[in-house]
Amino acid sequence: MGSDALINPSLPVRIAAWVMLAFLMAPVLIIIPVSFSSAQYLSFPPPGFSLQWYERFFGNKDWLSAIWVSVQVATLSAGLTIVVSTLAAIPLARSDFSRKTLVYGLLLAPMIVPVIITAIALYFVFARIGMGGTVIAIAIGHTIVVMPIAIVVLSATLQGVDSRLENAAMSLGASRFQAFRKVTLPLIAPGIISAGLFAFLTSFDELVIPLFLGGPNAQTLAVRIWNSVMLEIEPTIAAVSTFLIALTVLVMIAANLVKKARRWA
Amino acid sequence: MTLQVDSQGSVGVSESAANGTVNGDGTKASWRGGQLWLLLPALALLAIFFAYPLFDVVLRSFRDSQGGFTTQNYEAFFSRAIYIRVLLLTIEIAFLTTVFSLIVGYPLAYVLANSGPTVRSFMMLCVMLPFMTSILVRTYGWMVILRPNGIVNTALATLGLGEIQLIYNRGGLMIGMVYTMLPYMVLTLYSVMRGIDGRFVAVAQSLGAGRWSAFWRIYFPLSMPGVAGGSLLVFILAAGFYITPRLMGGDRDQMLASIIAYQVDVLLNFNFASAIAVILLIITLACFGLYARIVGLKQLLTSKV
Repeated sequence: MGSDALINPSLPVRIAAWVMLAFLMAPVLIIIPVSFSSAQYLSFPPPGFSLQWYERFFGNKDWLSAIWVSVQVATLSAGLTIVVSTLAAIPLARSDFSRKTLVYGLLLAPMIVPVIITAIALYFVFARIGMGGTVIAIAIGHTIVVMPIAIVVLSATLQGVDSRLENAAMSLGASRFQAFRKVTLPLIAPGIISAGLFAFLTSFDELVIPLFLGGPNAQTLAVRIWNSVMLEIEPTIAAVSTFLIALTVLVMIAANLVKKARRWA
Repeated sequence: MTLQVDSQGSVGVSESAANGTVNGDGTKASWRGGQLWLLLPALALLAIFFAYPLFDVVLRSFRDSQGGFTTQNYEAFFSRAIYIRVLLLTIEIAFLTTVFSLIVGYPLAYVLANSGPTVRSFMMLCVMLPFMTSILVRTYGWMVILRPNGIVNTALATLGLGEIQLIYNRGGLMIGMVYTMLPYMVLTLYSVMRGIDGRFVAVAQSLGAGRWSAFWRIYFPLSMPGVAGGSLLVFILAAGFYITPRLMGGDRDQMLASIIAYQVDVLLNFNFASAIAVILLIITLACFGLYARIVGLKQLLTSKV
């Protein structure tokens, strides 16, 4: 991977690229100053500094309970995703079996099906078994959506660990389980942590699944934002959005630290 | 074409998924056979909460209000001009999104792939941060910028120019869609372009090719797997998209996903919604089949680009 020699793109191409980067960053960057605006309505540039929108955000029971629901959903789905995906990654990375491509295809299928279809399909099923509108239903839905990515990541991570290390441990008397737990697991821990962080963030932000599977008692932050944005574009959303951007940055930094820690190890 | 966090913990879209899963060298011997049961939790979860629900949707699409077998849901879809219009509009929007994402994303991926490490890290951050940020946050950002009293229109008014409608119409929808899909296109193109050896272009130039012809005859063909993969990925994602069309498109720009949601949420027309879902699913699977044919499923699962 990686080219041996780089081409020097011409100036107009480089300018076009930087304009596109500005296009990508613009909506994210514009929200932050708006969230600190002292104006009573949405205005840019803001006339002055104020924390009023954050006070409204963090002082509002609805917003806080929506954050709590999202934290529960994201924690549950990240936990479930990691356990199930790590287990599945072992045979995918370490065993040879016929129909492996087929199994892989099955495991990755939820990535191909549009989320809206997965969401309504689960909506019908959960409604029938009386689990509609629960945190667990949303968490399961998110696990389905994020599991394919976690499986890809974790089997790639396992692939990068020399299985002879396990063999060595086993030849010294460790059982297969001990060898995995004491030798392989610490080596793939960074991959597990970053897959978990990614699953958490994806679940925290995802909208379509909770839109269908949630209910009055399980309104996630994303659904709460959606309902507000559909009604009016009030600056409280800018404060909520800045909070979510900060969360994203934190997760990206955490994933980066995990990566660095692994390099030192 | 998988969205992935690689083993080092960075997140990206890559052609390579779990490379080398099909191998047979002796070092894997300790795990050969006997571990397949570890797949069971994942497969069970998918069977119960994915395969069965989808099967249920397919069955439901052939049911009438009394629960008998019927094809009336599909007949109703294909006999009404409005639904045909939505179907064609969905394909049109997905296609336009793909074309614009490619035009906009190609130069970006090209510069990204051919920059030094420092510049590349910074550019990658500018691609990844929006990509990882909630889509609602980004859409809200665009609403702040584009809406009638938004930044662009305020600036136009200051300059003494009239207001322009930038959102809640086709233009707004296209901005939102291209914006949302651009990272998928860029990251797919990037992963292919990183594998292209720049010396091929240098050789072509030393043999007398101009900059432009060296690009078109050497570099561009080598980047084709990325172009094909990125385009199909963006088309598949755009065709099923719900959030951006609802928030940034006009009432006349609603796509299949919005119609499905409306039938479920408002009209409680579950069987008809299921039929539309099946139609969208068939479009998606057909495109994915094309992807597997052109780019190769094997490549998707085993190659390292």
